[in-house]
Amino acid sequence: MPGLLSIDLLLAAIAAWLAIGLAGLLTPRNVHFVGRILFPLGAAVALAAGLAALAFLGSPAEVAVLAIGLPGLPFHLRLDNLAAVFVLLLGFAAAGISVFAAGYFRRGEGAAPGLMGLQYHCFLAAMLLVLLADDAYAFMVAWEGMALASFFLVVTDHRHAEIRSAGYLYLLIAHVGAIAILLCFGVMAAASGDWSFAGMRAQVLSPFWSSAAFLLALAGFGAKAGLLPLHVWLPEAHPAAPSPVSALMSGVMLKTAIYGLLRVCFDLLGEPLWWWGVAAMAAGLASALHGVLYSTVQSDMKRLLAYSSIENIGLIVVALGLALIFQAYGMSGLAALALTALFYHCLAHAGFKSLLFLGTGAVLHATRERSLGRLGGLIHRMPWVAWLALVGIIASAGLPPLSGFVSEWLLLQGFLFTPGLPHSWLNMVVPVAAAIVALVAALAGFAMVKFYGIIFLGQMREEALKEARDAGPWQRAGLAWLAGLTLALGVLPTFVISLIDPATRQLLGTGLAERVREHGWWLLAPISPDRASYAPLLFLVMIAVAVLLGRQLVHRLYHGRVRRAGAWDCGYPFQGPRAQDTAEGFSQPIRRIFAPVFRMERHFPAAGDAQPRYSVRIEDRFWHWLYLPLARAAEGLSWLAVRLQGGRIAAYLLYSFLTLIVLLLVARP
Amino acid sequence: MSASAALAQFFAIALALALAPLLTGWVNMCRAWLQNRKAPPLLQPYYLLHKLFHKDVVLARGASPLFTFAPYVVFGCMLLACAIIPTLSTDLPFAPAADTIALVGLFGLARLFIALAAMDVGTGFGMLGGRREMLIGFLAEPALLMVIFTTALISQSTSIATIVDTLARGPFAIYPSLAFAGVAFAFVSLAENARVPVDNPATHLELTMIHEAMVLEYSGRHLALIEWAASLKLFAYSCLGLALFFPWGIAGSDSLAGLLPALPALAAKLAAGGALLALVETVNAKLRIFRAPEFLGSAFLFAVLGLLVRLLLENQA
Repeated sequence: MPGLLSIDLLLAAIAAWLAIGLAGLLTPRNVHFVGRILFPLGAAVALAAGLAALAFLGSPAEVAVLAIGLPGLPFHLRLDNLAAVFVLLLGFAAAGISVFAAGYFRRGEGAAPGLMGLQYHCFLAAMLLVLLADDAYAFMVAWEGMALASFFLVVTDHRHAEIRSAGYLYLLIAHVGAIAILLCFGVMAAASGDWSFAGMRAQVLSPFWSSAAFLLALAGFGAKAGLLPLHVWLPEAHPAAPSPVSALMSGVMLKTAIYGLLRVCFDLLGEPLWWWGVAAMAAGLASALHGVLYSTVQSDMKRLLAYSSIENIGLIVVALGLALIFQAYGMSGLAALALTALFYHCLAHAGFKSLLFLGTGAVLHATRERSLGRLGGLIHRMPWVAWLALVGIIASAGLPPLSGFVSEWLLLQGFLFTPGLPHSWLNMVVPVAAAIVALVAALAGFAMVKFYGIIFLGQMREEALKEARDAGPWQRAGLAWLAGLTLALGVLPTFVISLIDPATRQLLGTGLAERVREHGWWLLAPISPDRASYAPLLFLVMIAVAVLLGRQLVHRLYHGRVRRAGAWDCGYPFQGPRAQDTAEGFSQPIRRIFAPVFRMERHFPAAGDAQPRYSVRIEDRFWHWLYLPLARAAEGLSWLAVRLQGGRIAAYLLYSFLTLIVLLLVARP
Repeated sequence: MSASAALAQFFAIALALALAPLLTGWVNMCRAWLQNRKAPPLLQPYYLLHKLFHKDVVLARGASPLFTFAPYVVFGCMLLACAIIPTLSTDLPFAPAADTIALVGLFGLARLFIALAAMDVGTGFGMLGGRREMLIGFLAEPALLMVIFTTALISQSTSIATIVDTLARGPFAIYPSLAFAGVAFAFVSLAENARVPVDNPATHLELTMIHEAMVLEYSGRHLALIEWAASLKLFAYSCLGLALFFPWGIAGSDSLAGLLPALPALAAKLAAGGALLALVETVNAKLRIFRAPEFLGSAFLFAVLGLLVRLLLENQA
C-alpha cells in the first residue's frame, strides 16, 4: 500500500481498541452487544495488527511523532523489526483470546461486561503502545497504563478479599519495577539529558553506568516478567483475574517485559559485558527451576499455570543470558542462535500458555471449580476443551512435534557451543546449566501430566461435574485458533525463523535464516545438517501414519472387537473416585525429593483418629525469606512514625515550631 | 535420496519390528538361565503378541478415546525412533529428522502419552504408575542430556550419523570421557526401560511396579502394541548405546552390500548387550522407589564427570 505506513495502521488499531472499549460503556450490562459484537471486533483489530506486523517484518523502521506528551517532548513512536515481532505475538495471541472472551460473558454474572471490555481494550492498546514507544516518557506512560488497566482487570471480582489483596500485591510489585525502569532510563539519559531512545542509542556509557542500567533493567523488567525474587505476584494475580485476562497477562504482557529487556540490552546499551549474560542466566535458571518445582505441587489449576509461566520466562531469560555471553565475546552467529531461541520461545509460550489459561477458563465456566482436587474426568463431558488442551500441554512440556520443543531444541543447540567460549571457567560451568534446562523441561512434563491428568482424565471427583457442558462455539474457536498456532509454530520452524530473522539481524547484525533456508523448508538445521537437524513435520506425519496404518492393519489382520467391563485395578474392590490420586498425592515424589525447596505445613492423622485427615500446605519460601521481613520492617518503621503522631495538638504545634526553627537556622539567606 | 538409502531405511524399520521382540526374548532367556530357572522359548514374546492380538479388548468403562489412542501413538513414537537410530547403516533418509536431542524428546512424547493413558481410567494403581513414570523421566533426562553433550563434544555434532562416522571411521582414539558417559548411559537406559534396579519387568507386586502399573488396564491388541513398543524401546536404546559407544561395524553410505557384514555385527553386539543386561538384572535387587533419585543422580554425576574430563583433559590434544 503506497503512502500508508504500517505504523499508521497500528496507531489506527490503538484508536480502534480505545473506541471499542468506550462503545462498551454505552450499554455496559448488555452481554450480547459487548460479548458478541465488540469483542469479536477487537479480535479482528488484533488480527489486523498482527498481519500488519507480519507484512512489515523485514522493512526499514518507521517513525511517527504524536502531538501529545510533555512540552518539548512529544510522543516519539517507532516501529522496527524487534517491535514488529512482539506486535505479531500480541496481535495473533490477542485475536484468539478476544474470540474466546466473546463467549465468556454470561448474563447477570460478575462485573458489567462493558466496563471490563473498556479495561480489556485499554490494556491491549497500552501494550501495543509500549511496543511502539520510542522515548522514555511515552514508554513509561504506556507501561503504567498497561499496569493500571491490568490491575483493574485483576480486581474485576473485587468483592473477595483475597482478590483485592492479590491486586494490591500486583500493583505494588508493578510499581517497584516501574521505579527501577525509570531509574534505568534516567541512567541512560543522564549524560545528554535526551529522553528519546535515539539519543540514548547515540551515546556511549562507561562500563560502570551501563552495568548499572543493565541491572536496573533486569530488576525492573524482571518484576513485570516474574523473575525471582519479584515473581510472587504471578501466582496471586493470575488466579484472581478472569481467565481471558490471565491468558492475556501471561501470554502477552510478560513478553512486553522481555521486549523491554531486549530493547535495553541490545539496542540502547550497545556492547554487552560478559557477566551480564551470566547474571541473566543465573536469574533465569533460578526462576525456571523455582517456577517449575512450585508448579508441580500446586492444587489450584491457574496457580499451577502461573508458576509454569515463571518457569517459561526463566527459560527465555536463560536464552537472553546465553545471547549476551556470545555477543560479549563477539560470537554474533551463536548469539543469533540463542536470540532466535528466545524469540521462538516467546511466540510459543504466548500460544500455548494462552491456550491453557483459556482452557482453565472453560473448565471454570463449566464447573465453577478451580481446585484440582474437585475436578476429574472432564474429557467425557468437555471433549473439545480436553483435546485442544492436550495440544497445549504437549507444547508446554516441551515435547516434539509442537512449538515448545523447537525453542528448547534451539536453546540446547546454543548451549552445545558454550565449551568453545574463550573464558577459562565459563566454558565448563555453562554447559552444566544446560542440564538444569533439561531438568526444568522434564519437570514441566511432570507438571503438565498432573494438570491434564487430574482435570481431564480419571473419574469425576465430584457428582456436580456430571452436569458440566462443553465450551460454546466462540470459546472453541478461540481455543482452536491458539492450538492451530501452537501446531504451526511446532511443525514449520523454518518459516517462523525466517519471519523473526529481521529482528535478530537488527539487534546483532546477523541471523539464522540464510543457513536455515539452505536445507529445504522441512528440515531445521541451524548450523549444518551434519551438526544437528530436526524435522518436526516428518515427526508428525510419521506418527500420524503409524497411528492410522497401525490401526487399520491391526483391525484388518485381526479384529476390532471391544468389550466393556469394569476396571481391573489388580482386582482391588474399591475403585471410587477417592481411590485416585489427589493433586497433592500426585506431586508427592516432588515434595519428597525436593523437600528443602518448599515450606510445608503438614498435618498427619494419628493412629486412633476416627476421621483421619491429612493436609499439606505449601508456601513460597520467598514470602518468609524476603517479603515478610520487608513487611515487618516497614511496619516497624511506621510504628516509629506513630510515636510521633500521638494525636495531641500540643505535640503537633511543637513539631511545627521546631521545624520552623530548624528551617530558619538552615535556610539563612 | 538414493534407492539404496530408501531400501536401507525400509530394512532398518523391518529389522527393528522383527528383531525387537527377539531381543526381549533373549534377555528373558539369559535371565532365566542365570537364575537357575527353566528358560522360556526364545520366541516367547512373539507368541505373546500373537495371542494378545487375537484376544478381545476388554475396555474399562471409564476409559476415554485417549486410552485407546495412546498405544498407537506410543508404538508410532518407538517405531520412528528405531527408524532414525542407525542399526545397520548410517545412510538413512529419516536420520536427519532427529538428532539425539530430538530423540530424547520423542521418547518423552511416548512417556507423556503412556502416563496420561495410565491416569485415564482413574484407578489408584494407574495414577501411581503414571506419577512414578514421570518421576523416573525427569530424573533421567538431565543425565541423558549430559551424556549427549559429552558425545557431541567429541564429534562436534548431535547428529547420530555424524557421531558414528567420527568414532567408527575417524582415526582411532581412546576417549576416557566416553567411558564415564557410557556408564551414565547404561544407568539411564536401565531406568528408562523399566529394568531392575529401578523397576522390574517381571513384577506384578502392586506396590513396587511402575511400568506394569501403568498398563494394568490394557488388554488385547492395545496391550500387544504396548508390549511391542516396550521391546522396540529396549531395542532403540540398545542400538543408540551401540551407535554412541561401540559404532564399529555399522555400514556407511556405500551400498547395500555393506549391510551384509553389518547384520552379524549388530546381532553379536545385541546378544552380548542382552546377556549383560540379564546379568545386571540378576545380581542387583530392585531399589525402593525413593532410592531411584540416588541411582539416577549418580548417573548424572558420571555424565558430568565425562563432560569435564572431555573439557579438561582431552581438549589439549
